[in-house]
Amino acid sequence: MIHVPWQEPEQLPPAKGDSDLGGRRLEEVEPGHALVDVRGLKKYFPIRGGFLSRVTDHLLAVDGVTFWIGKGETLGLVGESGSGKSTTGRAILRLIEPTAGLVRFDGVDVTAMDRDALQGLRRRAQIIFQDPFASLNPRMTVGDSIREVLKVHRLARGDVADRRVRELLKLVGLLPAHANRYPHEFSGGQRQRIGIARALSVEPDFIVCDEPVSALDVSVQAQVVNLLEELQERLGLAYLFIAHDLSVIEHVSDRVAVMYLGRIVELADAGDLVAEPKHPYTRALLSAVPIPEPGRKRKRIVLPGDVPSPVDPPPGCPFHPRCPHPLKDEECARVVPPLAEKAPGHFAACIKEPALARFQPGAEEC
Amino acid sequence: MSLLEVRDLRTWFHTEEGVARAVDGVSFEVDRGQVLGVVGESGSGKSVTALSVMRLVQEPGRVEEGSRLTFDGRDLLGLTERQMRDVRGNDIAMIFQEPMTSLNPVYPVGDQISESIRIHRGLSRREARSRAVELLRLVGIPLPDRRVDDYPHQLSGGMRQRVMIAMALANEPDLLIADEPTTALDVTIQAQILELLFEIRDRLGMGIILITHDLGVVAEVCDRVVVMYAGQVVEQGSVDTIFARPSHPYTQGLLAAVPRADKRGGRLAVIPGVVPPPTRWPGGCRFRPRCPYAWDLCHQQPGLLAAGPRQLSRCWLVEHPKRRLQVERSGGGFQSRVAGEGGAV
Repeated sequence: MIHVPWQEPEQLPPAKGDSDLGGRRLEEVEPGHALVDVRGLKKYFPIRGGFLSRVTDHLLAVDGVTFWIGKGETLGLVGESGSGKSTTGRAILRLIEPTAGLVRFDGVDVTAMDRDALQGLRRRAQIIFQDPFASLNPRMTVGDSIREVLKVHRLARGDVADRRVRELLKLVGLLPAHANRYPHEFSGGQRQRIGIARALSVEPDFIVCDEPVSALDVSVQAQVVNLLEELQERLGLAYLFIAHDLSVIEHVSDRVAVMYLGRIVELADAGDLVAEPKHPYTRALLSAVPIPEPGRKRKRIVLPGDVPSPVDPPPGCPFHPRCPHPLKDEECARVVPPLAEKAPGHFAACIKEPALARFQPGAEEC
Repeated sequence: MSLLEVRDLRTWFHTEEGVARAVDGVSFEVDRGQVLGVVGESGSGKSVTALSVMRLVQEPGRVEEGSRLTFDGRDLLGLTERQMRDVRGNDIAMIFQEPMTSLNPVYPVGDQISESIRIHRGLSRREARSRAVELLRLVGIPLPDRRVDDYPHQLSGGMRQRVMIAMALANEPDLLIADEPTTALDVTIQAQILELLFEIRDRLGMGIILITHDLGVVAEVCDRVVVMYAGQVVEQGSVDTIFARPSHPYTQGLLAAVPRADKRGGRLAVIPGVVPPPTRWPGGCRFRPRCPYAWDLCHQQPGLLAAGPRQLSRCWLVEHPKRRLQVERSGGGFQSRVAGEGGAV
């Protein structure tokens, strides 16, 4: 995997009246050369009700998310159902319209793109889904499904398109002869390969992988994960890899963002996140992942209750009603914790975790 | 005497494409207070095994002659449908992966729980309702006296699974069969459900059969493990043995394919190919076409061979350990991730 080094930005003076919370904010960081740069992304879904179907409320699916992805990099996005991870993935490709915030793809503002520009974007940014069967037309052969993409984007037709289809199928480990078969003739793992072939047909730079292996058996899952990694190395792809399985995320990602109730609560290098999680939710999540090694019974942190409704999120820190942090107090119910730097390049949204001081010349080098 | 003894269970589906031998000669037992894990990929026969024990296999499926299911000394296959219905409610309960398919969407969950209590215990409506509330509290549903009137669609996935567990526990069964009970759930909710199952097993001393493809769950929860492939048991043993010294290449492959949050980097080991369709199991060893250790001998079907104390493996490598070394010395096999344990020297 190509690793994009942490870009040291210009140091900003501390904001006034902020000294208590300390730490640089993720929003203050200017990434060097991000392929995808997402700033304060929000997606609210209106909820209609009552006699006149008026908008009575909003579901805060994504509530101010900031991250970036470098060329050839994999950012893992992990969270439980309803955390807003899939909505984030779709909103940055404008498959759904973001409510607010900025998304830049290779420096160009995606949120301001018109139809033609969006068409151009989709030649460079693609998505693969958990259930590729749902996105393949059951009445079309696999070859036709891929040819359709080539045609829509005016990339190839006729013999050239046929050749390209065969190449793509080979690239994802299928046989050229599979082009004449229908989706139902394939196993789950093979269908995911078809979904990948289809996404690759436009030669993208970036793919949103939305739970691509969640429905697969472990041995097939390993095949697809390895394929995605090989393709990344060969083609220099960047991935936003969305999953609820922390083990998979951790395996494929350079950096990982953990989402809870529409917000990123922690973002760090994958290794750091696992070795030294700084947010109590991440700790609970990590402790809940079963490890296939019997003697090693760890203390599982069992969180009480369910994820609260994103229609009516708790005030202050969205995690505080379930939070097992020993220092939790009434401040947590009041203060919305900023995503602040707790260790170099390691951001967490918890006011009870000590932050990295803003001015420590030399210290960030270690 | 074991709580449940399964002997040479064969459940075949007589279809137009031929006979699908979904479960083909499976034997194992479960004791009281014990958690038995049944693992394997989709299509290995895990769920059909469970359905066979419950006698819920649908046509064209059939539990074949010669299969034996003994529960608490009773021959389950000899019971009438009426007697079996009694066993199902009182003695053996089952929970499924997707609770929405087994909950009736048009009745409040409380009614569905109390229905089974009233049928099997003859309680009054009011008594059954208060027992339902008590059960919902037991499985950790907040505000149970309000939730009891909710319809399934008003509950989250985790809550529905809890309702299913409450229904299964309603009559305090001796044996609980849980088919992928946490697969559809988020990890923190999965952790809650697993803790809950543990706690209930300790409190009620039930035997549990846990069917799962998640080896992490097996490692944390089970006492013994049965690994299934292509309708057969390919390996069984204590959970410690199976994870520390897996003997069958399929078990090794499964273990090596799991990405681990605590160990980073490198490619995952891969078992090539997929489970073949049950109408066309390969001759000889059924894992042979996918096995990196396969050789001439594998055209003969191996039996379950003793690979260690109380460890059985359906693989010729047990009797021919040199073959394993040969393959691994030349860089093949699954040694990379299980190195030092059962594989490489």
